[in-house]
Amino acid sequence: MASTNTVRKPSVKNLTIKVCVGTGGLAAGGQEVMNAFSRKLRALGIKADIAKKCVKKTGCRGCCSKDVLVDVRMNGNSATYQHISRNKVERIIQEHIIDGNIVKEWLVGPEYHAFHDRKIKILLKQCGEIDPEDIGDYTSSGGYKGLKKALSGNPSSVVNVIKKSGLRGRGGAGFPTGLKWEICSNEESGQKYIICNADEGDPGAFMDRSVIEGNPHSVIEGMIIGGYAIGAGRGYIYIRAEYPVAISRLRIALKQARKKGFLGKNIYKSGFDFDIRIKEGAGAFVCGEETALMASIEGQRGMPRSKPPFPAQKGLWGKPTIINNVETLSTIPHIISNGAKWFSSIGTKNNSGTKIFSITGKINNTGLIEVPMGISLREVVYDIGGGCPQNRELKAVQTGGPSGGCIPASLIDMPLDYDSLSSVGSMMGSGGMVVMDDTTCMVDMAKFFLEFTQNESCGKCLPCRVGNKRLYERLKKITEGRGKKGDIEFLLSLADDIKITSLCGLGQTAPNPVLSTIKYFRNEYEAHIFEGRCPAGVCEALRQYIVKAEVCKMCGKCFKECPAEAIAWEKKQPAVIDKGKCIKCGRCFEVCPFSAIK
Amino acid sequence: MSNKKIKIILNGVKTACDKDDTVFNAAKKAGVFIPTLCHDMRLEPYGACRMCSVEVKGVSRLLPACSTPVSEGMDVRTESRTVKRVRKRLVSLLLSNHPNDCMRCETSGACKLQNLAYEYKVDGMEYGGERWKLPIRQANPFIVYEPNKCIVCGRCVRICNEIVMAGTIDFTGRGFNTVPDTAFRVARTLSICEFCGQCVSTCPTGALTDKKARGKGRVHEMKRVKTTCSYCGTGCSFYLNVKDDKVVRVSSDFFGPVNQGDLCVKGRYGYDFIHSRDRIKTPLVKRGDKFVKTSWDRAFAIIASNFEKIIKRHGSDSVGAFSSSRCTNEENFLLAKFVRTVFKTNNVDNCARV
Amino acid sequence: MAGLATSLGAGAATNSLAQMPEIDTLFLFGSNPTEAHPIVSIYLKKALRNGAKLIVGDPRKTWMAKRSDVWLNLSPGTNIAMMNGLVHAILKNGWENKEFIKNRTEDFDALREKVKEYNLKTVEKITGVPKQKIIDAARMYSHADKAMIVYGLGVTEHRTGTENAMAIANLALVCGHIGRPSTGIMALRGQNNVQGASDLGPAPNILPGYQPVANADARAKFEKAWNVPILAASGLKSVEMLDMACQGKFRGLYIMGEDPAQTDPNSHEVRRALKSLKFLVVQDIFHTETTQYADVILPGSSFAEKDGTFTNGERRIQRVRKAIEPVAGLADWQIICRIANRMGYPMKYNHPSEIMDEIASLTPIYGGISYDRLERESLQWPCPTKDHPGTKTLYTDLFSRPGGKAKFVALDHKGSGEMPDKEYPFALITGRIREHYNNGSMSRRVPGIMELVPEEHLELNPADAKKMKLKSDDWVSVSSRRGKIKVRVRVTSRSQRGNVFLTFHFPEALSNFLTSEHRDPIAGTPEYKSCAVKIEKLPKSYQA
Repeated sequence: MASTNTVRKPSVKNLTIKVCVGTGGLAAGGQEVMNAFSRKLRALGIKADIAKKCVKKTGCRGCCSKDVLVDVRMNGNSATYQHISRNKVERIIQEHIIDGNIVKEWLVGPEYHAFHDRKIKILLKQCGEIDPEDIGDYTSSGGYKGLKKALSGNPSSVVNVIKKSGLRGRGGAGFPTGLKWEICSNEESGQKYIICNADEGDPGAFMDRSVIEGNPHSVIEGMIIGGYAIGAGRGYIYIRAEYPVAISRLRIALKQARKKGFLGKNIYKSGFDFDIRIKEGAGAFVCGEETALMASIEGQRGMPRSKPPFPAQKGLWGKPTIINNVETLSTIPHIISNGAKWFSSIGTKNNSGTKIFSITGKINNTGLIEVPMGISLREVVYDIGGGCPQNRELKAVQTGGPSGGCIPASLIDMPLDYDSLSSVGSMMGSGGMVVMDDTTCMVDMAKFFLEFTQNESCGKCLPCRVGNKRLYERLKKITEGRGKKGDIEFLLSLADDIKITSLCGLGQTAPNPVLSTIKYFRNEYEAHIFEGRCPAGVCEALRQYIVKAEVCKMCGKCFKECPAEAIAWEKKQPAVIDKGKCIKCGRCFEVCPFSAIK
Repeated sequence: MSNKKIKIILNGVKTACDKDDTVFNAAKKAGVFIPTLCHDMRLEPYGACRMCSVEVKGVSRLLPACSTPVSEGMDVRTESRTVKRVRKRLVSLLLSNHPNDCMRCETSGACKLQNLAYEYKVDGMEYGGERWKLPIRQANPFIVYEPNKCIVCGRCVRICNEIVMAGTIDFTGRGFNTVPDTAFRVARTLSICEFCGQCVSTCPTGALTDKKARGKGRVHEMKRVKTTCSYCGTGCSFYLNVKDDKVVRVSSDFFGPVNQGDLCVKGRYGYDFIHSRDRIKTPLVKRGDKFVKTSWDRAFAIIASNFEKIIKRHGSDSVGAFSSSRCTNEENFLLAKFVRTVFKTNNVDNCARV
Repeated sequence: MAGLATSLGAGAATNSLAQMPEIDTLFLFGSNPTEAHPIVSIYLKKALRNGAKLIVGDPRKTWMAKRSDVWLNLSPGTNIAMMNGLVHAILKNGWENKEFIKNRTEDFDALREKVKEYNLKTVEKITGVPKQKIIDAARMYSHADKAMIVYGLGVTEHRTGTENAMAIANLALVCGHIGRPSTGIMALRGQNNVQGASDLGPAPNILPGYQPVANADARAKFEKAWNVPILAASGLKSVEMLDMACQGKFRGLYIMGEDPAQTDPNSHEVRRALKSLKFLVVQDIFHTETTQYADVILPGSSFAEKDGTFTNGERRIQRVRKAIEPVAGLADWQIICRIANRMGYPMKYNHPSEIMDEIASLTPIYGGISYDRLERESLQWPCPTKDHPGTKTLYTDLFSRPGGKAKFVALDHKGSGEMPDKEYPFALITGRIREHYNNGSMSRRVPGIMELVPEEHLELNPADAKKMKLKSDDWVSVSSRRGKIKVRVRVTSRSQRGNVFLTFHFPEALSNFLTSEHRDPIAGTPEYKSCAVKIEKLPKSYQA
């Protein structure tokens, strides 16, 4: 603790330290980092009250691969550090805060800026800026002004603004939100409901969680405005129980909003009564489907029902109900505050506004990005995502989660909007984006998604329950080298039938990964079935290990490690693998220091 | 309910139907048959089996006729190539997870799945893949459950929850392993089950069968006699299934004006008394403290002479008769007539009050 | 049924079961349909699912009571006070249907004066039901659009049974809730053919079709058809026959298909009467408590062995069809004919359809019924002619009383014949459970049912059980002033404090040894639903 001897009164003004404590940040030790800052600042004699106020928790800012992210703002300047842990805190305090020298080697790199500084941000703007557990932070940055504005007009004018803005539902199919509200507001009923769908179930997708964790009030404000527009007196937030941080922040936010009078009776003296309850889901993927979600809120098994009638006509407990997802609802206050024109000027025609994507998979910069609609896939993958690791070749991008489709690299210049995506056999979905390079086997990938969807099928309708299971079984067979002539046709025709006969969105879209991979990568299927090989070298059963004689340095390491004694080697001779004896364990591949085995 | 008529085009024919009709009902009224497995007139439309999928012009998917409301000008095709292909597909998918042992199944001959397999000429063998191997459940005194034969149409679940409101069965598991069962798979007890057998009555396959009728005869061997229940005063109708002059089963009369196929535990399973060993099978006459068998003629002679004697000595008003609300109208009328014409008194009453 | 006949004209349910799902307010009174009438309960559950409001009047916390909007948990035997209280509340608040009362009823003033005595404080004291609940129920029922009262044996099986039914009619008439689809009064009948047996004349004062023997025209019609003179004076009711037997004045009895020795209350007295008879013929399918006293036992035929018709609680006449040959060779109708022929009155029928033709020719309400028609359609009486479609809803324009108007009857609360006291502190209610039926002669011969419900249980409230240190399955003796039985206890909140419940399905623990001798003086219906008993714990060593 040498530094304690060199205390001099630092000239600290307006010090703010923002520590990311979203789920990603917390997992990386965000809370400990926060505590360390508070403790040490106090110990160092920097005024306690500054320490108390200046260390702020913030929600997720998207770039979770760099967590814990810490902003240090001082005397009007700001620096963002990445990968901060508890034991790095002292040095930042000493060098940056006390000595005024930024710790350069810990600063975020260009990827962070590519991620963050690009394009317009609406929803994620406040995430990472404001304290999600302090309503004052939200209101002082313009929060609940949209609500006030909405309540000063009549409900139909709110519906009109949303209609004019061109906002489309961010949860999946992109149904125009204003139109949905209008249908519901025209229904005559003493009781109506508005539900926030926060049952984010796509593997690898976490935009809803991040929005709620970073800015819960924006969702609440959106719901109140929606409730006013359609005439609902009660809202429900249906959220996965696996999101404990988001749930606790929502609870805090609801309590604060009630205290401030944004929820409850006679909001803003408009005569409008509204309150919100939280309903925790039990982690069923299908409960993201709106009718299954309502069944779950009603206390029944989460199973979808046939539409029509649509929820806007007959929903929760038979009453007209609007279901919007988190992203849609948190956009609402911005549209009301800034006007329909402002919103529709962002993005493209028929696809206005921004969309959050979560990019994962074989890409350098993983995380959340908010981009305007219509941006090209290329910009996302290369300019923001930084391309595939090790400069590998991009093969495809899966959008729309497990029910989406994969887009081949050849279509890299397509715009990302609802209509373009569905025209190539994929969908927007909730905005999940899985990037694949040439080490991804497309058959295996289709199998992975099918395994997920058939497991998550509610079991109600036959094509989804049995059909998707049979699709999955056949894909498994192919990846295990037991494919037969006719399997591709079998998959295509079964997938087609499932798509047109299934009851809900889950079943109707589950075969998409199969169909789109066969459409764009039929040669990979054929290689598996007819040539007994997996071009990407992923499918264990089909893998054939061969020593590239020209690369082999004849070290004999593979010979020594092979558990099946399938490798012949003599000094100064390249090794040879006996296909008959090889058990395809991959040990030789792993140990070869010269990548001579493929 | 509105009686407003609208027009749809059904297989190319303009057809009038009620505004509130579903496509399935409209077709039924027009005499167009659409196959279904999960639909029961007693239940709300469900749309799970998809057998009733039809093509509607302008909709890229097929729509389930059972739960799709009609709309003006709707152009519906119930037997298009796609529809037929899809039905074939659905039946074969069901058979791909079905024991297909019709030769020893109780329901053979009355099984909806069997009929569809026959009609669409499929066996589901092309899929291979996993089949359920679940144990048969026989703890219940009235109902046997063979889950492997279940096609997960949800009819048993729905009749138990929607109609009986007993909540005994619901779905368990997810995906391919979704199957109706009791909570925690415990055997049914009186506290959770009404033993009404409504689930059996609606099961389209042999998954749920009446335990007492198992092995007592196949469907085509039965004489089915429609009659009215003899327990309480509701007046439910059902079919007595008779083989070799023995009542071996009660089955639902789905067109019964009172009960539409619904029955309670007594109506459906309370028929054993008919062939009980305790039945009185011959006239009996008291000798001392004992009853001894006698012929009908002898019994009638004793009855006639005794009543005649009493009437002669003490007058008509010293005799009378009780009739029963358990007997038929004709018998009650006849006894009332008997007392007034034979006994020549008004001393006749029914114990019609319990 | 005499109650509804007095008020409305006919002793029958006013509506059809199929109209029940459309009800918007259901008033269920003295009926536990989920146990006693499971299929009726399915209709009622449908109404509830469609959003109907539910008022339940029952001392027991039944399935329906648990789901009710208002549960009037009245003390046993306080029905009239309850109904008068409801009418009081309705009149006080001006919720009555003045136009209906003016145009379609008579004697309203008498009722209005009478119910003035029943202010809600008084009613609360008599029935034990809080004032507010009575007001809530009155508001709910009177403000309904389609309101139906469904009542069961909890109304009729009291010594004031007939008056109880009139009190219910008063309530419905005050609100004008009668004579429209899904709006009226439905009485749930206990036995399969109670309605038919009432309709077709085995009664001392009426000929088939409710034609009084006192009516000369009616008598003339039957005398001509049957070719015998018919006495104008009413005969003896069943109870009176038994009473006279005890006195030695009634000597010969023919019982077809009944078991009064078990199912009539105060069984000891009934048995003494049967023993006193000079000659007793009993026709039944099983040996019963009653057959023990017979001189000749004739084998009856079950419903599976004969052709005929039953008339259900909604006046629907339905076919019974022969599925198997009569076990003993003759069906019951054949037996009656053979005895008549033997005694010199010719009864020649080839088939029950010919009996129905005779019924149709003599009984206007069944005038249009024939087996041919019943093959094609389902009919509810009144169906006077061959082309009449039958009647789903009674009294749509006129009541079937002279003048076509319904009658209000001013009634006083009398209470049960026997009330709990210091010595016998519990009120015993008897009734049914779903699995069994009546004396059990049918249901106890179903092995599966006996597996589920092998024996009688006394239902006892948890608080009472705690006080008496009883738990479920303990043995107790239950005794009244008339007898004593031994049963196991089931502790359940279905019974309220001070009330206990038994069925009458088990001869080895026959609740009718306990029930009282009180009867309804008009219909003769016994007071099964309320008597006073005491309960004593039996030692642990006791085994049945």
